[in-house]
Amino acid sequence: MKKSIIKIASSAAIALSLSISSFSAMAETELTMYYPVAVGGKLTKYVDDIVDGFMKNNPDIKVNAIYAGNYNDARIKALAALKSGKPAQLSVMLSVDLLELIEQDAIIAVEDLLESDEDKKWLKSFYPSLMENATFDNKKWSIPFQRSTIVMYYNKEHFRKAGLDPETPPATWEELIAAGEKLTKDDKSQWGMMIPSTGYPYWMFGALTKQNDQVLMADGNKTFFDSQGAVDALQLWKDLSEKYQIMPKGTIEWGTLRQNFLDQKTSIMWHSTGNLSVVKNKASFDFGVAMLPAGKMRGTPTGGGNFYIFKNTTKDERQAALKLMKYMTSPKIAAEWSIKTGYMGVSPEAYETTELKEYVKAFPYAAIARDQLKYATAELATFQTGRVRKMLDDAIQATLTGEKSPKEALEAAQKSAEKVLKAYRK
Amino acid sequence: MNPKLSRHIYGWLLVTPALILLIAFTHYPIVSTFINSLFSNGTVFKQSTFIGMESYQTMIDDPIFWKVIKNNLWFALGTIPTSIALAIIMALTVNKAFAGRAFVRMAFFTPTVLPMIAVANIWLFFYAPEIGLINNVLEFLGLEGKNWLGNTSTVLPAIMVMTVWKEAGFFMIFYLAGLQSISPELTEAAKLEGAGRWYYFRRVLFPLLLPTTLFVFMNAVLNSFKLVDHLFILTKGGPNNASNLLLYYIYENAFAFFDTNYAATLTVVLLVLLSVLALSQFFFLDKKVHYR
Repeated sequence: MKKSIIKIASSAAIALSLSISSFSAMAETELTMYYPVAVGGKLTKYVDDIVDGFMKNNPDIKVNAIYAGNYNDARIKALAALKSGKPAQLSVMLSVDLLELIEQDAIIAVEDLLESDEDKKWLKSFYPSLMENATFDNKKWSIPFQRSTIVMYYNKEHFRKAGLDPETPPATWEELIAAGEKLTKDDKSQWGMMIPSTGYPYWMFGALTKQNDQVLMADGNKTFFDSQGAVDALQLWKDLSEKYQIMPKGTIEWGTLRQNFLDQKTSIMWHSTGNLSVVKNKASFDFGVAMLPAGKMRGTPTGGGNFYIFKNTTKDERQAALKLMKYMTSPKIAAEWSIKTGYMGVSPEAYETTELKEYVKAFPYAAIARDQLKYATAELATFQTGRVRKMLDDAIQATLTGEKSPKEALEAAQKSAEKVLKAYRK
Repeated sequence: MNPKLSRHIYGWLLVTPALILLIAFTHYPIVSTFINSLFSNGTVFKQSTFIGMESYQTMIDDPIFWKVIKNNLWFALGTIPTSIALAIIMALTVNKAFAGRAFVRMAFFTPTVLPMIAVANIWLFFYAPEIGLINNVLEFLGLEGKNWLGNTSTVLPAIMVMTVWKEAGFFMIFYLAGLQSISPELTEAAKLEGAGRWYYFRRVLFPLLLPTTLFVFMNAVLNSFKLVDHLFILTKGGPNNASNLLLYYIYENAFAFFDTNYAATLTVVLLVLLSVLALSQFFFLDKKVHYR
């Protein structure tokens, strides 16, 4: 009896040591990556394809790419995994999650991992306005991946029927209102325009304020919600439905807006560029894409997700994660990703690839987001950004549903934001 | 060994598995939630410190907290009686024999089987102002539709309607079971005595269904505080918190704002609220219910 136990134990030990040695011969690093999808479409498949391509080139690295819901879900899952001790090594999360993640002590700065000159060159290869939300304390913490701006989608057939030139979309607020009035039908079966006000109202508002030459925040610890520029911008948003009646009253749902546009219930919609490919594939009519119009100037916030590397990782895992990020942001992959989704190519080199060059030639709207970058500003991001963002969201919705005046709502939001952010000023 | 002692040990051993589960997943979390609520939220920049009842003061000064409490009470008031009444009517309908009964039963029960998230995604498109089913039907009838989820005045009722639709079928099952356990002689006796259908329901059926009603009522009350899945899809508590409920607000604080300590404070309130409701049902209503 005893003998046989020893026999079994020793053979098990041999088997174990064999498997360990074969394991170490492969020197496999395993990475878990969470990523979100905010706009629908076949994005999960595209991510899987890219990751498969990466693993083919790097057989020593195994990547589990896990689709984690929308941006909020992805952040929650990644942080929960972190706390449970079975963490992911990297994740795509909103670029504006940065300060929150630093405060949670969850991530390390990507810049700190870079050693070679080549690496440093890579960090500089991205569009500077995409790096704004990645910067804190003069350091770059994250790497842009699925980035977007807000663009204006418009229905060319409606433009023609209303006697507007479909090739010159409205370029200023005045033109937008004039066009909207022509496009809106009296029985409201067709609206002039829609700006979504659920989901990410602060993001759309960032565009309106920037167009009014006003930013919403500075240094992550100061907000300008009650500035005259912001109040006027919110007044305009409200006026679009109340005064000019070219947009439905109440809030407009982010999730169903695209369907509204595809069903031709609205002639113009403001939405993420991340929707471009879906609209292109599904629209049964001739549509156009344009930069957002200008108030005092043009403007849009950037948006979307960046790669982050978590702190609780080994040196090998960090290097492997870096490799994966480099692959996924390399011009060729970035170009492919942009073509498939409508998200922006994150570096100028991406737009120099033959694939994207040809695609842009055949479908010029694919370059609108890039062209708009020169008017872009950072997305609202502060300390305790979730809470502060919600204060602004509530103020916007309170105004649009007629509960408060723009000034009243924004002053209240500013006051609450001030209470939270005061502690973060030195 | 002393037989008395060994009996004690035997007894304790028997309850140990249940005890471990209860302590690990019920009692310990309650205690740690309460302790958490006495501390400030710690981050890299600020250590978590003991602040006593300060979070509770913050909560009392927090207008959104009062808003979600108010919303929750309206939500409970709007969903519970309606879904119970509907459940009884549906159960009475399908308790009779008629052609296609199985199909109707299934139809009533289907909403319950569907996951709440899926249901919310469907209703999101029902309620959508321009493309939605509801407004298209209204338009067909010559009525003007509404932006159901986009107005502070209609959003909560809209969510209640969906919840009633979802819940009533579930409660119907209990009433159906209750009805089938009532002996048919009672019906015949009532008929012989010349009792009308309403009189029969009021004086015979409903009193006999009271135990079922208590059970359903308790479930409905708890659900009205526990069920917030649909908010994630439909409104995220908006516009401007008009449809925000207590549990969703707790979620927001814990996972969107990372303020786990304030979330703990709110959780304590939810716990107290639910315990009071449960206890009062056991102590007051139970006495009025006639069990056979």
